Amino acid sequence: MRFVDEFRNAETARALSAKIAALCEPGREYKFMEVCGGHTHTIYKHGLEDYLPENVTLVHGPGCPVCVIPMGRIDDAIHIARRPEVLMTSFGDMMRVPGSGGNFFDSNAEGTSIRMVYSPLDSLKIARQNPERQVVFMAIGFETTAPSTAMTVLRAAKEGLENFSVFCNHIMIIPAIKAILDSPDLRLDGFIGPGHVSTVIGCRPYEFIARDYGKPLVVAGFEPLDILQSIYMLLLQLREGRAEVENQYSRVVPWDGNPTALRVIGEVMELRPYFEWRGLGFISHSALRMRQRYAAFDAELLFETPGVRVADPKACQCGEVLKGVLKPWECKVFGTACTPETPIGTCMVSPEGACAAYYNFGRFTRTRVREASVT
Amino acid sequence: MCLGIPGEVIEILSDRPDLARVDVSGVKRAINIGLLAGERVEPGDWVLIHVGFALSKIDEAEARAATEFLESIGKAYEDEIAALRESRII
Repeated sequence: MRFVDEFRNAETARALSAKIAALCEPGREYKFMEVCGGHTHTIYKHGLEDYLPENVTLVHGPGCPVCVIPMGRIDDAIHIARRPEVLMTSFGDMMRVPGSGGNFFDSNAEGTSIRMVYSPLDSLKIARQNPERQVVFMAIGFETTAPSTAMTVLRAAKEGLENFSVFCNHIMIIPAIKAILDSPDLRLDGFIGPGHVSTVIGCRPYEFIARDYGKPLVVAGFEPLDILQSIYMLLLQLREGRAEVENQYSRVVPWDGNPTALRVIGEVMELRPYFEWRGLGFISHSALRMRQRYAAFDAELLFETPGVRVADPKACQCGEVLKGVLKPWECKVFGTACTPETPIGTCMVSPEGACAAYYNFGRFTRTRVREASVT
Repeated sequence: MCLGIPGEVIEILSDRPDLARVDVSGVKRAINIGLLAGERVEPGDWVLIHVGFALSKIDEAEARAATEFLESIGKAYEDEIAALRESRII
């Protein structure tokens, strides 16, 4: 059955590819940004660019939370973890993200306890089992993940846990998209909207992109056909002179999102005035911090952090890659000094980072080598 | 941690109605269903799970298609399942 399905998928992909080609006006260039790192992963894994006409370019956006965390925040986390009473917990993806003096594994080699967990709720269990330690959860992620952290804090408050706190680094996708739209470097024709973030926030928050910037956005699923279908929907809007928010992933994403998830985020967290994003710089109202009423669970208040801003390594061009100005292979250190084993930049760390996705799936075709050598 | 993974609800824990035991590609673990407040969650339902929380209910056809897709992507899904295997949510 599987082979038959794959055959049908390939057939459908080719049919979509032809429909996409038919919608493109000759001589016009189309640039679409896929905001989400999960989409980047699918695009490279399945070589989707090979199904697109040459005048359609996919630009990889900043939707990989591990990729956009600035070095200074890693340093702050390690500073907290160095306190003898602290036991830190973190998602596995964060462990190899470099700070200015090394990553979490390096830090553990020097004596800290930073443990990998699957869920923030696993951190709660660790806190209950280690009442003599202060358990600090390194919270990262977009609106997809923030409700989980918020629910965990609510649970900790209900249990009256006194040795659990959160180092909050939650960020929000809408301000990042707006920063990209306002950036002078990049001309985009539309967006492939993130799938799982939209499960939480729904489709309405994207409406300003269509209304104020006149660009279409299609919320897309993660399978290759979802992405091709979304590109077709974007091109159809352009052809018909429309700019709207459409939902290709309605089988999972409700138009209004998950109201409970939004409510718990608002209960526990509030907007920061500004937050630094790796590669994008400081963006107003783009991240969340703990509300005053949950101060007892806020690691930033409980422990001192240096809060020093650390510039990205000079050789690293993650910033340009995250804004979609450079393709991964156009970075000076791509695949040479910077590889998934020894990443310099965050885009090479996470499997959803554009550089790691590109490196792992070897989509380095001859035409692209030629492009790379002339730039 | 970026993946959303489908799981089938096996049971709602009797002493903790905010937790459900789910089966994700054969790995059976507890997850939190508190974000689905207001929706009925019952054994046999499928949910999309992210870092130990059900984010939305999905239908079985979508769950099976998504699982097949995730199993085809290799390491990222294997890492997620390995992390879930270590999870002991209570």
